[in-house]
Amino acid sequence: MNGPAAPAVKRTGIMLSATRYWPTEIWKSPWSLPRYRAGAAWLAGILLGICAVGAAAGELSAWGGRLLALLESTGLPAYATAWIWLLFKLACVIGVIVANGLWAVWWERKISAHMQSRFGPMYAGGFHGWAQTIFDTIKLLLKEDVTPAAADRVMHALAPVIAIAPCVMAFAPVLFGTDLAAANLDIGVLYVFAFAGVSVIGVVMAGWASGNKYSLLGGLRAAAQIVSYELPRGFSVVPVLMFAGSLDLAVIDRAQAGYWLGFLPRWFIFYPVVGQLSFLFFLIASVAETNRTPFDIPEAESELVAGFHTEFSGMKWSLFFLTEYGYVLLSSFLLAVFFLGGGAAPLPGLGFIPSWIWMTGKAMLMMFVFLWFRWTFPRLRVDQLMDFNWKFLLPWCFANIGLAGLILYLLGTR
Amino acid sequence: METDRLIASEPGPELESDTMFINMGPQHPSTHGVLRLGLTLSGEVIKRAAPDVGYLHRGTEKLMETRSWSQCVVLTDRWDYCSAMTSNLAFSLAVEKLLGAEAPPRAQALRVIMCELNRIASHLIFLGTYGIDIGALTPFLYAFREREMILDLYERCCGARLTYNYIRPGGVAADVDEGWIAKCREFLEYLKPRLDEYDALLSFNPIFLARTRDIGLISAETAVHWGLSGPNLRGSGVAYDVRKAEPYCGYENYDFEVPVGRTGSCWDRYFCRVQEMRQSARIVAAALASLPPGELRTKAVPRVVKPAAGEAYAHVEASRGDLGILAVSDGGAAPFRVHVKAPCFINLAILQEILVGKKVADVVAVMGSIDIVLGEVDR
Repeated sequence: MNGPAAPAVKRTGIMLSATRYWPTEIWKSPWSLPRYRAGAAWLAGILLGICAVGAAAGELSAWGGRLLALLESTGLPAYATAWIWLLFKLACVIGVIVANGLWAVWWERKISAHMQSRFGPMYAGGFHGWAQTIFDTIKLLLKEDVTPAAADRVMHALAPVIAIAPCVMAFAPVLFGTDLAAANLDIGVLYVFAFAGVSVIGVVMAGWASGNKYSLLGGLRAAAQIVSYELPRGFSVVPVLMFAGSLDLAVIDRAQAGYWLGFLPRWFIFYPVVGQLSFLFFLIASVAETNRTPFDIPEAESELVAGFHTEFSGMKWSLFFLTEYGYVLLSSFLLAVFFLGGGAAPLPGLGFIPSWIWMTGKAMLMMFVFLWFRWTFPRLRVDQLMDFNWKFLLPWCFANIGLAGLILYLLGTR
Repeated sequence: METDRLIASEPGPELESDTMFINMGPQHPSTHGVLRLGLTLSGEVIKRAAPDVGYLHRGTEKLMETRSWSQCVVLTDRWDYCSAMTSNLAFSLAVEKLLGAEAPPRAQALRVIMCELNRIASHLIFLGTYGIDIGALTPFLYAFREREMILDLYERCCGARLTYNYIRPGGVAADVDEGWIAKCREFLEYLKPRLDEYDALLSFNPIFLARTRDIGLISAETAVHWGLSGPNLRGSGVAYDVRKAEPYCGYENYDFEVPVGRTGSCWDRYFCRVQEMRQSARIVAAALASLPPGELRTKAVPRVVKPAAGEAYAHVEASRGDLGILAVSDGGAAPFRVHVKAPCFINLAILQEILVGKKVADVVAVMGSIDIVLGEVDR
């Protein structure tokens, strides 16, 4: 053998890893860290601040009434007043949907980050990256709008519009607080479900017109899924409609006012068995309707790249996302109205906080559930999804309707 | 002809319909690198699956013939970049066999520690990416958080985080100190509850079970016929592990079990890996407890390695299977020929049989459970 063995490398001094953060410390007692305590204090402060502002402002529906009275006092002809008022309400609803897009994306990023031991956006805007989605929107506006050569140009451009238009229209009768809605419809529930079902046409069009096989598969999956889950979604709220005796969202909202035994709110979710079952069914069907995990089959990124919106970019793409978050918001408000008492306070004595704060708070709670699902569950397979719908969800929805009928019969109220 | 056979093996009569050909990869989010799968679909059902490899071919086997024996270790890092230590080890063992040398006891123990840590790191990547394949995005970040700690340990010991060049012919490159050992124990202590957490979060999640339990079944016979190795073979119930069958580096002195699956489903292969992480942690703990003092490099391996003409074959249980190195020397300073029996390449081949008749969504479930690293497939 030629020559001695090479000496082993002796490493001394501080390596990078010596100073790097290891999660072992934090795991032992997170609350001992000042950062955790400060964060909790901030959150509590923000929530209390919102409640205080709400209490000071009062009911938004009252402000709306005052605004309308002001408009009528200007002496404009009646039809002009009606049109201005209509446009104002439309602007408000569209504003809510767009602002919701900004808010929900930021919130989802923050929630997912904290679930995954990350921070999420922290720089844009200064405070916890609050301006991140605003800058993202600017980026999306400036992005090149690419239409693939194989695409059907007209259909490709039309698809996002057809997806989002019904979403905006479905918001018309949605209550944002007691008596706070753009339109007062006595068939509100039917109207919302009818329009929410139209968006699927846009999704199928997007899949078909992209000229991409993955998009096509995604679009077809979406059609099958959304059309199937319409049924349990509609039937799961039938018990609520039976108890409330109306399709009018405002009536359903008012039917849940008051308390049992002086403290338990008369919300539908607290109706024994029937209420919880229909809440669960409606929640599951809503998650499926909005194409979110565990039912995000149409855009399953590990299988179909991005499904029906693979070939969309810029604002066309973001319209699809606006639609998705719009429907999440719609479902959240519907859940709040149907099951969580709408604008009613959860405990007696909290009535000084106006109904729109309660309504929005409950809707945000439900939206959190949507986001929570997404970052927790794996994805079902497309045939398992269908089996779950037709063999489990729908039969149990019918059983639940039967149960509700039985209870009403025994109580003798109908 | 092969196509016809695969299509003919489809059971039962069915409606005549057009098939659609889609390319999965080489730029697809879940092909784990640059694998290309040509899928012939009827609706969403796969009629034919043809894996196409070679997009990451760098010719490392040929490159080795122009480098000295000790420089070749660097190239082994680049095969299975998720588990570079075991590749280092396989090559070093082959060279040591050629030279008739053996590493000193401390180096042997360090090799075991590093390889088992690397097995944990590699299986953590598998766990995270498999979760993503099935649609669970969060376990990925948790798995990487844990893997990061292993990489920190590596960095502290040998300075590198991915391609280590740590295990060399004749021993290992750097020693560990008391601080390192304490950190490593801290990590093992931390890992155990995390693995239970993954079981709650992913392994026994009903949706995850529904997606993986009865999917991609490989019988023990089929697995052996296709030459599977590693967790893929053990998932089918064949308890073959090189560490037990032909112990190297003193694996016979450590007490560990070889987890096996029952049905050979995706879930069995997945859970074999999860259980292997527990066993690896056990081995590391035992090796840390009995770490002997002494030399790191044997004097029997010179600085300029020039083995006498001949050939040697060494194989180790790498994270993804039985990694074998055939090294041929003509007495020169560079290898005459090095051949790699890469487990990923061999495991990948079975995809063309087990994917037929599955749905598109199952492709990612099955492919993920085979756990390939394209760096090793293409070399």
